[in-house]
Amino acid sequence: MSSFWSAWIIVITLGTLIALMLLLRWNMTNYTGVEEGEPMGHEFDGISELNNPLPKWWTILFWLCFAWGFVYLALYPGLGNFKGLLGWTSSNQGVLSLEESRQAVELAREQGLNVQYDRERMHAEEKYGPIFQQYASLSIEEIAAEPEAVQIGQRLFLQNCAQCHGSDARGSQGFPNLTDGVFNWGGKPQDIYTTIMKGRNANMASWVDALGEQGVVEVATYVLSLNGRSVDRDVARAGEAIFKGQGTCFVCHGSEGQGNPMLGAPNLTNNIWLYGGSQKAVEETIRHGRNGVMPSWENILGEDKVKILAGYVLSLNAE
Amino acid sequence: MNQTNSQPVEYNYKVVRQFTIMTIVWGIVGMSVGVLIAAQLVWPALNFDTPWLTYGRLRPLHTNAVVFAFGTSALFATAYYVVQRTCHTRLFSDRLAAFTFWGWQLVIVAAIITLPMGYTTTKEYAELEWPIGILIAIVWIAVMIVFFGTVATRRTSHIYVANWFYGSFMITVAMLHIGNNLALPVSFMKSYSIYPGAIDAMMQWWYGHNAVGFLLTAGFLGMMYYFVPKQAERPVYSYRLSIVHFWALICIYIWAGPHHLHYTALPDWAQSVGMVMSVILFVPSWGGMINGIMTLSGAWHKLRTDPILRFLIVSLSFYGMSTFEGPMMAIKSVNALSHYTDWTVGHVHSGALGWVAMITIGSIYHLIPVLFNRERMYSIKMITTHFWLHTIGVVLYIVALWISGVTQGLMWGAVNSDGTLTYSFVESLQASYPFYFVRFVGGLFIVTGMLLMAYNVFKTVRSNAVRKSEPLVAQTA
Repeated sequence: MSSFWSAWIIVITLGTLIALMLLLRWNMTNYTGVEEGEPMGHEFDGISELNNPLPKWWTILFWLCFAWGFVYLALYPGLGNFKGLLGWTSSNQGVLSLEESRQAVELAREQGLNVQYDRERMHAEEKYGPIFQQYASLSIEEIAAEPEAVQIGQRLFLQNCAQCHGSDARGSQGFPNLTDGVFNWGGKPQDIYTTIMKGRNANMASWVDALGEQGVVEVATYVLSLNGRSVDRDVARAGEAIFKGQGTCFVCHGSEGQGNPMLGAPNLTNNIWLYGGSQKAVEETIRHGRNGVMPSWENILGEDKVKILAGYVLSLNAE
Repeated sequence: MNQTNSQPVEYNYKVVRQFTIMTIVWGIVGMSVGVLIAAQLVWPALNFDTPWLTYGRLRPLHTNAVVFAFGTSALFATAYYVVQRTCHTRLFSDRLAAFTFWGWQLVIVAAIITLPMGYTTTKEYAELEWPIGILIAIVWIAVMIVFFGTVATRRTSHIYVANWFYGSFMITVAMLHIGNNLALPVSFMKSYSIYPGAIDAMMQWWYGHNAVGFLLTAGFLGMMYYFVPKQAERPVYSYRLSIVHFWALICIYIWAGPHHLHYTALPDWAQSVGMVMSVILFVPSWGGMINGIMTLSGAWHKLRTDPILRFLIVSLSFYGMSTFEGPMMAIKSVNALSHYTDWTVGHVHSGALGWVAMITIGSIYHLIPVLFNRERMYSIKMITTHFWLHTIGVVLYIVALWISGVTQGLMWGAVNSDGTLTYSFVESLQASYPFYFVRFVGGLFIVTGMLLMAYNVFKTVRSNAVRKSEPLVAQTA
């Protein structure tokens, strides 16, 4: 902040405290002209006020609090641009980008600056880093077979993943079940790792404009027929024509509706539905499209933890 | 003191009566909504899958109803009463006073309609959208004209300390409300704050904490300074203490907002200053408690027989407790444990139910017989019952949330030997679950007490036992 605002803060902060100390000091003397313990002589609706002195313990407490306040403001940042004698900051302030943040962290480490967040992180990395590194040399399959690693993976999962995928990893509407062996973006260990690391963006377009309301119903009926549902044959046949023809559904979902993990296009024949499998829900998906977002965890958890998480997810599907 | 004082003054009690009755009504409404949402935390199905009955919409309705409908009506009622009686003069303008009553009821009704519909600015305790925000500002300024107009035309030499507190709360809340609600309207019921990011957060908590500090603390201290000495029939303990703690309280409180934003993007200096001022604030806050409780010197025996005085004095104990707890929670390292947990909610309620509600209830029991010219309340026994219902309710509520809050704080912070968190969020929620039930039961006690009060007041107003000891037209001393 500019030196004007810095000075402004210093003046009003110290000014307030000093003024109140003077007020306290002034009222510790009896300036009223009335003897202590006597009524002040004015009365309001029958209420009078006594001129009792301030309780001594209370004034001492007040002085102690003032003194503590000044000490705190001397040690820690508080008075405008004054950094405080301890050089303490909670985090690297004024940082606007990830790159700037990294540089600031580096600088703080090199120069031993008193940045609480950096110190805590550094401490945690020193303490816990080796625990995660010991699994770095293992493959994801090996991690999935290591009970201790799986347990760590489960804890990571509960804190970072359970919000969407559920505590039991069985997902919910719009969030995939991770225990059924079906992975829209591929179920190989490396695929799972990449999904967590880089995140995924699934995009199903809205088709109501292209296919019309009738077309939407027909295609939905056809898709349900692929899953062994009893449907109106004629409607399903009309839907199949659209699916494999002008509707271009096959481009992503494959000519037999078997899906394509390269695009994250779900298999439409296994009776597993991310957004619901009723006629209505499938129509809704086709009509308005869907956008599925799995965020990238690379910057939040880092390679070692993501690898353990991938091992955990894999272990859920091991039979 | 001078000649005019010997003439009787005809006070405007009409607006006081109106605000007093509505205080009880809105108290019951606001607290009942609180009990409903407390029940929803135990039995989520109680929102009946209806958008306007969901927790997210009813919670702001609950806070607005208790702070601005119940609490503020109580403040307006008592401020109008106290300012007339201690200035020995009638309200400055009857018509403007009537406008403030109806205007304020309109604000409340607008809140009750719009909040469940989902209209919100998203700012806590300032959720009401801009057209209602403007109405609040207009009514508030009208209240100030009535109040300060009365003070200006007073027939006493000094301004009694209660009026200093009432005046400070009116001026400051006007400033806070207008400052925090500056927004750019984009449609009839949608606006965006003019402040960006961290500045918006700072403005919000400058407002938010001082809504507590000036409305719920300074305002109700005004109430305390009239009704405690009046009910105890004792002089105020220390004139000089009231001077120091008044000026220290209002000068320091205004700085305390940043403690709501510890460990956030708010710059360190603002966090530090906010914390230092919050801790120092403990001392002037206690000044009010000392002055109130010491006023009872020589009249302690009255507590045994007078449940109204008991309400007033126990409220001061809760006041002392929460104004000690608050500064402690403002210390960063304590805040690291308490912030975002139920402890905060428990702290607010020890202030709101223990201090604000109890001092209000006590004052109303004192006021009703005077306002309606009755000998006394219909049933003193019912007041005693109300006292115990309320006290038990408050204790159940705050103890439950202390345990729940500290448990949450500890569980969220617990780490395993590998550095991962020991508990997932939902596990901490499971740990809190039984205490949510206790909180709900506490709420039931409190609402039951309020219903009993409403009945008692109804019977008092309807009774024929007209007051003989003191005429409606007060003879000023």
